[in-house]
Amino acid sequence: MLLTSALISGIGLGSMYGLIALGFYLTYAVSGTVNFAQGSSMMLGAVLTFAFAQTLGWPFALAVCLALALCALYGLVVEFVAVRPFVRRGSDAWLMATVALGIVLDNVVLFTYGKEPRSLPSSLAQAPIELGGVGLGVYPLQLVIPVVGLLLAALLHTLSRRTRWGTAMLAVVQNRVAARLMGIPIRRVIAVAYALSTLLAGIAGVLIAPLFNVNADMGTLFGLKAFAVAILGGITSAWGVMAAGLLFGIAEALITTTLGSGFTQILSFTLVIVALALKPSGLFGQVATKKV
Amino acid sequence: MPSSSLPAKPVAGRRAVVASALALAVAASWAPARAAEPLKIGLVTALSGQSALAGEAISRGAQVAIDEINAKGGLLGGRMLELVRRDDESNPAKGVVAARELIFKEKVALIIGGLDTPVAMAIVPLVNQEKMPFVDPWAAGTAITKNGANPNYVFRVSAVDESVDIGMLGYAQKTFKSAKPGMILINNPWGESNEKGLKDALAAKGVAPAGVEKFETNDVDVVPQLTRLKAAGADTLFLVANVGPSAQVVKSLDRMGWKVPIVSHWGPAGGRFTELAGPNGKEVHFVQTYSFFGKQSPVGERVIKAMAAKYPNVKGPGDITPAVGVANAYDSMHLAALAIAAAGSTDGEAIRQGFYKIGRHEGLIKTYNKPFAEGRHDALGPDDYVWAQFIDNRIVPVGVGN
Repeated sequence: MLLTSALISGIGLGSMYGLIALGFYLTYAVSGTVNFAQGSSMMLGAVLTFAFAQTLGWPFALAVCLALALCALYGLVVEFVAVRPFVRRGSDAWLMATVALGIVLDNVVLFTYGKEPRSLPSSLAQAPIELGGVGLGVYPLQLVIPVVGLLLAALLHTLSRRTRWGTAMLAVVQNRVAARLMGIPIRRVIAVAYALSTLLAGIAGVLIAPLFNVNADMGTLFGLKAFAVAILGGITSAWGVMAAGLLFGIAEALITTTLGSGFTQILSFTLVIVALALKPSGLFGQVATKKV
Repeated sequence: MPSSSLPAKPVAGRRAVVASALALAVAASWAPARAAEPLKIGLVTALSGQSALAGEAISRGAQVAIDEINAKGGLLGGRMLELVRRDDESNPAKGVVAARELIFKEKVALIIGGLDTPVAMAIVPLVNQEKMPFVDPWAAGTAITKNGANPNYVFRVSAVDESVDIGMLGYAQKTFKSAKPGMILINNPWGESNEKGLKDALAAKGVAPAGVEKFETNDVDVVPQLTRLKAAGADTLFLVANVGPSAQVVKSLDRMGWKVPIVSHWGPAGGRFTELAGPNGKEVHFVQTYSFFGKQSPVGERVIKAMAAKYPNVKGPGDITPAVGVANAYDSMHLAALAIAAAGSTDGEAIRQGFYKIGRHEGLIKTYNKPFAEGRHDALGPDDYVWAQFIDNRIVPVGVGN
C-alpha cells in the first residue's frame, strides 16, 4: 500500500519531468542549444490557462488551446531573442540569455498576475481513485499525466520518422551542412523545435496546475529537475529522456517514503551524479563523436 | 458577508475628519509652538508583493490607534502622532534601508515593523545599536525579541513561535485528545524554528512525536511524507507552512482519504486557503491572536466602527483582514503610546524604560497587565491565542487556548 501510492505518485511526477525534459532534447538535437528556463515556459502554460479559464471565464478547452498556442509563440520568441543572435556570433551566451529571459517572464507574470497562488480546478483532480472504499492516494489526473507523457514521446518519435518536417529535423541533427545544401531551411527547423519545446513544457504546466497551485515561481524547481533528467537520460534520445524522467520521479517518491523527506533531494541528486559518473553520456544516450 | 449595524460610512468619515481637524486646531492654538511639531512613528512592513494585504492590515490597525490617540490630544503635551510608512517588499536588505531612513532622516520616535521574520531579524541589530524602540506586530520568530542584546529595544505584540508551539500541543490535546502527533513542516528557517519549539513542547509534556517530515514550498505531492506519518501512527498533524504549501498538504491528505485532525500555525490565514485547499481546507484548525467575529468587547466594537468609518471597503468584520495584523498593530500602537507617555520624551532609552512602566491597559486582544518587563518583551503568550477554522470562507474562531 505504502509503496503502491509512492510508485503511482512517482510515475505522475516523473512523467512531468520527462515532458519538460523532452523539450530540452528537441532543441538540443537540432541546434545544440536549449532554453534553460523551461520551468518558466511550464509556468506560462499554467498561468495563461488560469487567466483564460478562471479570470476570463472562457471554456476550458478553448483556454487550454489558446494558452498552448501562446506557449509555442513564446518558444519562437526565446529562439529569436535569446538564442539566434548569440549562436550567429558563435557565442555561448545563449546559455545566460535564456535564463535571463525566463527571469523576465517570471517577473512579468508576478507583475500582471500577482504573487498570490491560485487554484485551477479540474474534474480529474477532485475525488481520489478508490479501490474497495480505500483511497489510493492519487487523483485520476495523476494517471492521465504519464499516459499523455508517453503518448507525446511516441508521437514525437513517429513524427520525426514519418513526416517531412521530422525527416528535415533528423537531417539537421545528422549533418547540418548537408541539410542546408539539400535546401532544408535550418533556421526555420530550429525555430519550430523551440516552439515545440515550450509547447511541451506548456502541456506539462496545464497538466500539473490542478494538482498544484498556480503562481509565478511554480516552474523553477521543475525546470531544474527536468534538466537533470534530460542529462541523466542522455539528451540525445527522446525515449531515454522520458524514461529518465520516470526513473527520477519514482526514485524521489520511494526515497521519501522509505527514508524520509530529509533525504529526498540529497539522495536523488547524488544518484544523478553517480549515474553520470558511471555513464557520462547519460543512461540512454549515445557517446558523442566529434568528427574532425 | 454578515449584515452589519455600522453607521453609513461617508457621514461618519466626514465626522471623523471634522473631529480630528477640530482636535488638531484646538491643540495647535492652545499648545505652545514647539509642542505642535508632529511626533513621527515609523512603520516598516511589506506594502507590495505577496504580503501586501497583511502590510495594509498592520498600517490600518496602527492608523486607527493613532487617530484615537490624536483625538484625545496626542502625546507629550499635545504633539500629534504621524505614521510614516516604508515598504520592505519582504526583503531583509530593503527593510534595513527603510529602518535607517526612518531613524536618521525622518527622525521617528519609535518604529513599528516586522511582518516577515527574516526582515525583522535583519532590523533588530540596527535598532538595538541606534537605541530605537521597535515594536513587532506580526513576525513570530522566537529570536526577534530574544535577540541577546542588552539593553534590548525590541518588543512584540504578536504570536511567538515557541509559545504557538506550546499552544498547538495544548489545543491538540484538549480538542483531539492527541497522544502521538506527527509534524509536517515547511523546509525553511520558519519550519526549523517550529520544529525546535514543537519538540521542546512535546518533551516538556513527555509526549513522543510519531515523526517529523519536511516538504518544499513547491512540492506537488506530499503523499509520501504523509504516508510515513500515517504508518508511524500519527493521530494529529502539526502543520507549519505558508498558505500555498499548507494547501498542498490538505490536498494530499484528501487523496489518501486520511481524515486526521490538523492543528496549524497561522499560515493558512494568509491567503485564499479554501480555494487552494479545496473543501477539506475547513478542517484545519489554526492559530490567531484575534477574531473580529463573535461577541466583541467594547474595544472590539469601537475598532470595527472606526475601521468601517475610515476605510470604504470595510463593510463588516469579514473585511478586516488579516484580523491579526489589524489587532496586533492596534494594540502595539497603543502600548507604544503608553510607553512614550511614561517616558515623557522621545529619548529611546526613556521609551524603552517606559514599556516596563505600562500598568493596566484595556486593549483589543486582551486587557494587558504589566505586559513587559526586563527579559520579558512579548506581550502575548500561549493563553492569548484563539483557534480558528475557515467556515463559509471566513476565519471563524472555534476555540481558545488553555
